[in-house]
Amino acid sequence: MYLKARKIKDRISGGWVQLVLVFVFVLPLGILASLLYKSWLIMQTTGIGDLLFSSVWRPLAGEFGFFPFIISSIWVTILGLLITAPICLFTAIYLTYYGSNRLSVFMRPVIDILAGIPSVIYGVWGVLIIIPFTGRFLAPLFGYESTGFSIMAGGLVLAIMLIPFILNILIEIFRTVPVEQYEASLSLGATQWESIKHVVVRRSFPGIVSAFALGLSRAFGETIAVLMVVGNVVGVPENLFQPGYPLPALIANNYGEMLSIPMFDSALMFAALILLVVVVFFNLLSRFVIIYLEKRQ
Amino acid sequence: MMRRIFKIIEERFFYGLMLASTAFLVALLLFIVLIILYKGLPSLSWEMVSQTPKGGYYFGREGGLLNAIIGSLYLATGAVVIGLFISLPLSLAMNVYFRNNKKLVNAIRFVLDLLWGIPSIVYGAFGFTIMIYLGIKTSLLAGIITVSIFILPIMVRAMDEIMKQVPLTLLESAFSLGSTNTEVAFKVVARQCFPGIVTGVLLAFGRGIGDVAAVLFTTGYTDNIPTSLMDQTATLPLAVFFQLGSPIPEVQSRAYAAALILTVIILLISVVTRFLSRRYYKTSIK
Repeated sequence: MYLKARKIKDRISGGWVQLVLVFVFVLPLGILASLLYKSWLIMQTTGIGDLLFSSVWRPLAGEFGFFPFIISSIWVTILGLLITAPICLFTAIYLTYYGSNRLSVFMRPVIDILAGIPSVIYGVWGVLIIIPFTGRFLAPLFGYESTGFSIMAGGLVLAIMLIPFILNILIEIFRTVPVEQYEASLSLGATQWESIKHVVVRRSFPGIVSAFALGLSRAFGETIAVLMVVGNVVGVPENLFQPGYPLPALIANNYGEMLSIPMFDSALMFAALILLVVVVFFNLLSRFVIIYLEKRQ
Repeated sequence: MMRRIFKIIEERFFYGLMLASTAFLVALLLFIVLIILYKGLPSLSWEMVSQTPKGGYYFGREGGLLNAIIGSLYLATGAVVIGLFISLPLSLAMNVYFRNNKKLVNAIRFVLDLLWGIPSIVYGAFGFTIMIYLGIKTSLLAGIITVSIFILPIMVRAMDEIMKQVPLTLLESAFSLGSTNTEVAFKVVARQCFPGIVTGVLLAFGRGIGDVAAVLFTTGYTDNIPTSLMDQTATLPLAVFFQLGSPIPEVQSRAYAAALILTVIILLISVVTRFLSRRYYKTSIK
């Protein structure tokens, strides 16, 4: 009797496990399918080419050109990555090759807490610090006038949010470089920096690229912090100190109104679909690079 | 000679840069926390954490943030509970049930990585379509479902990392005594990894409580504390976001108070997680 109860328990929980497995494989397909289904309306009436490359945005007249939003997203993302890249790279190298054990023990919680701070907090901080900094200091420095709410501010806040994310991946990647190679280079008389430059960085170059690709996809979808500092004005920005309007901000700002106009609803879901496709593309790319790296070793 | 000097300069220069960027990171964390403290502390009072908004609250009159605090706790707790029912079996599946099927396990990890990368605003939009499809209104329930999907990959990843480290010999000795998969999974692996599971849960809780984009479409916003799953609910990050947009200074200062409360919750979670994972390494069988 006891044996039977055990078997039944095993059956039930085994069944649940299988159900969960199916769920996890269906979920991404479900997300893709629901966004496709919802944005079908606008893709049929306007055509994907027009949607992506027209810059006329008049939802009430039924004209939906996503170009200003896409270009804003691209600017903010690239700017954020460019600012964050050297900081992450240098810190990751320092922590893996120069810093003592005690330093890594001390830095671990620092990175973890930075990673754990909610994006809305980064947004508040951005409004308090980055906005005045961009408006009063950076913009005049480059000879522009700006309120501070700009692509630049978005890029700066994004850069700071990306640091813990990319840094963690980079540290993992530098750890996979065999110590022997680094030490062989040192023993041949190369300095520490030379060994890092010619051995460590060269060897892990694909990994570094994939870390930044992951960062890019994270940056592309970041919503609230960027939305709070970027200005949210529809239009193709002419310089970095003008306000922009990235795709996630577009979705977040209009969620209330979209129900009343089916076309608008469909347009916002199309924006979500663009986000999904771009993010998944860069994710896949970096995964394949990492898998390739692991195989090579 | 010149080359040698150049080499030394290069060495020093990059060493300086690396040192500076590491120091920058520490300074940055301090700077962010201090600014939130500096702005939040003056407007934080007992009234803030013990009352719901009263009439005229959004014009700077009386009231507090209790609705948002409770709402956030409900939301994150609910999401974590649902998440646990999916993520625990899933991570056990990868490490016990299907541990010999490497292809399947890799496929699951791959899908999870994919899900992990999807931005929360897309989950928000997805949750919204599901909500419309099921015919439920913006509510605590809709928020919980959306957030639980969003934190699922985070939970599984944390648990999987820990369960991977359970020695194979431990599993095999349990199996050799005639245990079923379920017994090995729940009585050996889950117990062995208990602190790790708690860590994963706390991590996900922190993510869930801090996210705006996923709940923006689904929870609605109300001044009352929700009494049922079908009620709308306020959350702390939403309170920060909405009140910061107000032109009235008093209301803005409440956004800072809400931001401070949220930061304190996140810091607390981080401390507890750290404490637990330290204990884990002391007690687990290696």
